[in-house]
Amino acid sequence: MKTIDQINEKISSGKAVVLTAEEIIDYVDKKGIEKAAKEVDVVTTATFGPMCSSGCFLNFGHSKPKMRITEAWLDDVSAYSGIAAVDLFLGATQLRANDPANLDYPGDFRFGGGHVMEKLVAGEEIQLFALSYGTDDYPRKELRTRFTLDDLNQATMVNPRNCYQNYNVAINISDKPIYTYLGYLKPHMKNCGYSSAGQLSPLLNDPYYRTIGVGTRVWLAGAQGHVYSEGTQHSPTCERGVLGVPSEGAGTLALTGDMKKMIPEFVRGVSLKGYGISLSVGIGIPIPILDEHMLKQTTIRDRQIMAQVIDYSTDYPERTGKVLGQVSYEELKSGSISLNGKKVEAGGLSSYGGARKIAGILKEEIRSGHFLLTAPIAPLPINQSMKPMKETRS
Amino acid sequence: MTKKMLLYFPECETESPIVYHLVKDYNLMINIFRARVTPEEEGYLVLDVSGTEEDIRRGTDYLNSLNIQINDTDKGVKWDSKKCVHCGSCVPHCPTDALSIPDRKSMEIAFNTDECIECLSCIKVCPFEAVSSLF
Repeated sequence: MKTIDQINEKISSGKAVVLTAEEIIDYVDKKGIEKAAKEVDVVTTATFGPMCSSGCFLNFGHSKPKMRITEAWLDDVSAYSGIAAVDLFLGATQLRANDPANLDYPGDFRFGGGHVMEKLVAGEEIQLFALSYGTDDYPRKELRTRFTLDDLNQATMVNPRNCYQNYNVAINISDKPIYTYLGYLKPHMKNCGYSSAGQLSPLLNDPYYRTIGVGTRVWLAGAQGHVYSEGTQHSPTCERGVLGVPSEGAGTLALTGDMKKMIPEFVRGVSLKGYGISLSVGIGIPIPILDEHMLKQTTIRDRQIMAQVIDYSTDYPERTGKVLGQVSYEELKSGSISLNGKKVEAGGLSSYGGARKIAGILKEEIRSGHFLLTAPIAPLPINQSMKPMKETRS
Repeated sequence: MTKKMLLYFPECETESPIVYHLVKDYNLMINIFRARVTPEEEGYLVLDVSGTEEDIRRGTDYLNSLNIQINDTDKGVKWDSKKCVHCGSCVPHCPTDALSIPDRKSMEIAFNTDECIECLSCIKVCPFEAVSSLF
């Protein structure tokens, strides 16, 4: 048994033993659970995939004369200004003004909120255009200026939903191609799309949220951020397999962090043809190895993690609940799966290579004493389901 | 031997039927992957040229004499390793495995331009604009 304080002492003195969630698998195979649990202090997990529920709060400081902004665009992408005079909220999925979207189907969706966030973190210049009705104390009615991240007082990223514990696999059983947020799906089940870092993914290594909770310090695109709440659609009551790992979406985390401390490589705008804009953010979460049980959880491997295959031409949009089959991440990552005897090519949207890199970076930050662990200040709910929308008849 | 070439017409040489001449006068076999040739504008042609070394040399001399620039290193489709996040969504859509994941442990993308037939499928599916077309 170890406590987080004891682990932090070892980290501070540069003596902590840290492995990634990929490395720990072979390590435990070789050393055995008992011995490894004594030796290893932290296992690092990571994920780097598109996750729509993202945005940022920006504070610009005041213009001269002052302006109480009521409408605003950042590089022509609308930002919400109903917060305060010079605070804006930019959403990742907001499409640039005048984009034809799917009028010319399938739309390209080349630029939106996610891309503005990418540009911000990369230190590129962005245009702010703002309007107001003018008041006695805030008389200015129109403003056009250019700024970079350094010019802002605060730029705080928020991800109301991130780190989906697991996710389904999208396939198309219809006879025409479809465009989804899991990629372009050819007709007649020719290919499928998935999105998870599998054995490296944070919540698959702590399936019952024992060490990851509200207040947990996380590596958010290079910044030291935090879990501020359960994520939206957090629904831990679900089907679970080996070591309690869910085979459905299940848990999610709400994260926040300072964009000024982020690394451009891990904040990337996403253009999904025929679907829209999203954002990929790199996340790393350390798991303290408190005891043998916690270590055992982190030895979960791709072949033990299952995902449900769902038809995105009818079953998904119509919410029929039908599942076509289950496949493991080992199979998905091999490049093709077998579904009812048929070979289906598989392509990911979450970058496993990126997740590996992040798990490695976080490992080094902990080893060198730069990243300390935190105990949750409140646990995440463990029994809870996701409700469908209540629709009233008019 | 077979050589893949990207031909660039600075000011369009559309007046001369160059593919006809390459076949008829220089005994070359031509396989065109992709072309954009519009009058009075610049033009591009990506093709495989097969024949003896001597015939290919004579054929390229002929193209040079028309001020057509021959590029046998660059191709019409470019993969930017810095923009690529190695998600792998392009791989099932590449018909020739020009874009592939050679090592399923690291899951990183490799682009072999020699295998690329410039179908442009990857450009449609890449969420990060990591692949682009020269024309």
